[in-house]
Amino acid sequence: MSTEAAHTDEAHATTGHYVRIAIILTILTILEVATYYVDIPFALLIPLLLVLAGMKFALVVAYYMHLRYDSKLFSGFFFFGLTIEILLLIALMVLFGIRSG
Amino acid sequence: MSDAALAHEAHEEHPTSTGLNHRKILMWAFLGSECIFFGSLITTYLVYRGKSVVGPYPGEILNIPLTSVSTFVLLMSSLAMVLSLAGFERAAGAGTDEERRRSELKKGRFWLLMTAVLGTGFLGFQVYEFYEFVHHGLGLTTNLFGTTFYVLTGFHGTHVGVGVVWLVSLLVLSYFGKVKPLDVELGGLYWHFVDIVWIIIFTLIYLIPS
Amino acid sequence: MATVTDVRTQERVSTGAAIWSWITTIDHKRIGVLYFVTSLIYFLVAGIEALLIRLQLATPDGEILDPDLYNQLFTMHGTAMVFMVAMPMAAAFFNFLIPLMIGARDVAFPRLNAFSYWTFLGGSLLMHSSFLFGQAPDGGWFGYANLTSKEYSPGLSIDFWGLGLLVLGVASVAAALNFIITIINLRAPGMTLMRMPVFVWMTFVTSFLIIFAFPAITAALIFLEFDRLFGTNFYEVAEGGDPMLWQHLFWVFGHPEVYILVLPGFGIASEILPTFSRKPIFGYSAMVFAAVAIGFLGFSVWAHHMFTTGMGTIADAAFAGSTMLIAIPTGIKMFNWVATCFGGRIRLTTPMLFALGFLTTFLIGGLTGPMLAAVPLDLHFQDSYFVVGHFHYVLFGGLILALMGGVYYWYPKITGRMMSEKIGKVHFWLMFMSMNLTFFPMHFVGLDGMPRRVSTYAADMGWEGWNMFISISAFGIGLSVLVFLHNLVVSYKKGEPAGNDPWDARTLEWAIPSPPPEHNFDEIPQVTHRDQVWYDKYGEGHGSAAELSKVDTSVAEHAEEDEEHDVHMPNPSYWPLLVSAGLTIAAAGLLIHILVAIFGVAWTIVAIYAWSLEPASDPPNEH
Repeated sequence: MSTEAAHTDEAHATTGHYVRIAIILTILTILEVATYYVDIPFALLIPLLLVLAGMKFALVVAYYMHLRYDSKLFSGFFFFGLTIEILLLIALMVLFGIRSG
Repeated sequence: MSDAALAHEAHEEHPTSTGLNHRKILMWAFLGSECIFFGSLITTYLVYRGKSVVGPYPGEILNIPLTSVSTFVLLMSSLAMVLSLAGFERAAGAGTDEERRRSELKKGRFWLLMTAVLGTGFLGFQVYEFYEFVHHGLGLTTNLFGTTFYVLTGFHGTHVGVGVVWLVSLLVLSYFGKVKPLDVELGGLYWHFVDIVWIIIFTLIYLIPS
Repeated sequence: MATVTDVRTQERVSTGAAIWSWITTIDHKRIGVLYFVTSLIYFLVAGIEALLIRLQLATPDGEILDPDLYNQLFTMHGTAMVFMVAMPMAAAFFNFLIPLMIGARDVAFPRLNAFSYWTFLGGSLLMHSSFLFGQAPDGGWFGYANLTSKEYSPGLSIDFWGLGLLVLGVASVAAALNFIITIINLRAPGMTLMRMPVFVWMTFVTSFLIIFAFPAITAALIFLEFDRLFGTNFYEVAEGGDPMLWQHLFWVFGHPEVYILVLPGFGIASEILPTFSRKPIFGYSAMVFAAVAIGFLGFSVWAHHMFTTGMGTIADAAFAGSTMLIAIPTGIKMFNWVATCFGGRIRLTTPMLFALGFLTTFLIGGLTGPMLAAVPLDLHFQDSYFVVGHFHYVLFGGLILALMGGVYYWYPKITGRMMSEKIGKVHFWLMFMSMNLTFFPMHFVGLDGMPRRVSTYAADMGWEGWNMFISISAFGIGLSVLVFLHNLVVSYKKGEPAGNDPWDARTLEWAIPSPPPEHNFDEIPQVTHRDQVWYDKYGEGHGSAAELSKVDTSVAEHAEEDEEHDVHMPNPSYWPLLVSAGLTIAAAGLLIHILVAIFGVAWTIVAIYAWSLEPASDPPNEH
């Protein structure tokens, strides 16, 4: 962690680094699409898909949007909005679930 | 909306309390706000999932293979975007090495163009998808699925369209020497945001079976 | 200090040039004045609407207004008071004061700031233009689906409302982003976050609430307009849509909105009370953290507006609990204000009277809050005048009284002249008494079962006595507003010259001339303490009057050196106005013809390009 500052200008700005992230993103996407063709129990499928999407989301935000290396303030804005929204989404799904169920 | 308009608003040379650039904070705060906007659209889609009283229903009509390709296209545009930014940054950091500056700038412009092309490609897929759906009888007003689906993906598509125009504007301005790495970075942040929204949409709307 | 005013007015003699300078201004102080004057006009309009409503309700079976017009009036009264009075008047204070309080020369994005004002003006004019067509919005400020559907609200009234609010939302979010970045990034050296005046903190929290709450109503309004304009099914029950979706999205925005409205009032009171108690604010960090806590909790309570919609007992209990939690940080603030006054050398000036009036009435409004949060009680209170009494105590007592105090407090800084204390005290007592006599009895008739939003009531309900009383008192409020206007105008011409620091106050804006020069500070101040100006005057303790002159002389010295400081201010610009005009035309186009809307969008795009290509200032030559 102590070398993080040294990373900021060198490591994350290299083409190879970005391409490696893109390869991981591609593999994750292939895995996602594969779930469409392979029979996976429903109870397992949804958490699996959410985890895969979450990983892709995190990779883009951390490396392509540089949040991993950038000011915590930026992360603060972004994750504050994101957290509120995720909580609202869950709350509303529960509330509407109660209504129809 | 007005982000592009702010291109020359801040005095970059003036120090700020945090040492961070005004416009970059503005961009992130705006993206935080956009999270709630897209979140509201996605939430609406999800609470109305399975509530349509007439067809066509999502399972009958969503084209997973096609959308997988367009998802991949948008994902790769994010790669092109970071490569473009890296080019512009290296060009700015080249100092007196004029040859290196020029070649890096060239790379930056190439990848910027590629980002816009891939973005346009994604929009092409979306137009085709909408066209197909309409042919299968799913209009904006047909049922709740049509309503929530078109409005959500339509607003996302509009954001992609704004992004393409933004990137092309940057590309043109770069030939007049008016584009700093920060300008590309801000356009890039917006672009990646649109990409991550699609990552979520692809999973929640397309992949999770209904 | 009156000399400063004279110099400034002499610079602009021709009226045409003066008007042009206001149109193209990007000076935060002038934009603040524009916000204030505009919101004051809407305050009068919405106030007259309220008085018409009270005329109608003064007697049973009133026949002054027909039910249609009554609906339009209470809708526009609520909508205008929230979006075109409370928020922009708070924005007027933000604009004028934030850069001065943090020691900056302007906001972070001066042109974006002008854009916010013009967009607010465009959106509010768009909505009010509905009166010209006799189609004023009539669905309530809450616009519940599916009353607002094309089926139940044909015509354009709801479209004026929805599109107007969308435009106003753009203005609010743009302004809030601007203030957030200004506060984060333009603080004077040494002005750490925990040295900022409490008012700045309240602005900060308010702005956060705006950028995170408005997208929800933006989405809800887009759904509404899609339903109405393009026939989608978001709120169409027959197609499986659920009107509850509107209520949820609206209140996800609507409850944070309550704090968006009231936190600026908290901030103003937190500046006035210490100044006139001659004590620092009690429990500064507790005040700050309480506001942040209110901001967070504000997002978790929205469904307490919906207890009667049948969410189920678990959901009801959860939202009742989170709502009551808010009483804790609010209570902390209440006790801190009281403790600020306790033991202080209190001067009962007009601003102080308003701040104390705020404290007492807001307490009453605050106490009825937990009553309404209790589900069994709420089931009884819902849609009764008890609720109307409650939120008028919060908004009139919590916000309008504080704003009035703020006007008296900062008027000398803005105009260079004092407002008349004599008229001010008449204004305060008349307004304070009338507002209590108006809104307190509403709790009684509410408990008696009188429903809100209904244009009349029968004679045998036993409500006519209180209603007549309320209506008469309401005209007392109207009279007090006239006294206020009179004071504003008379003092502008004849008020005592104010000097830099007429109140012996504490924060940075009082160290510079009144009115402040265009660039605010000749030299950006160095901050070493909270309440820097007070510290400069008196040090840690209470100094003698002799030390007071220290600041004044230093400012005078700076003023003489003015020529030598090459302060570089951004150029005026008319593009913000043109972008706003384009947006407004695009929104209005959806009411008229789609081609007009496309024209408006094209106009906006062209203006955005022109804006972004226009240099913000002359090429820097000073570095």
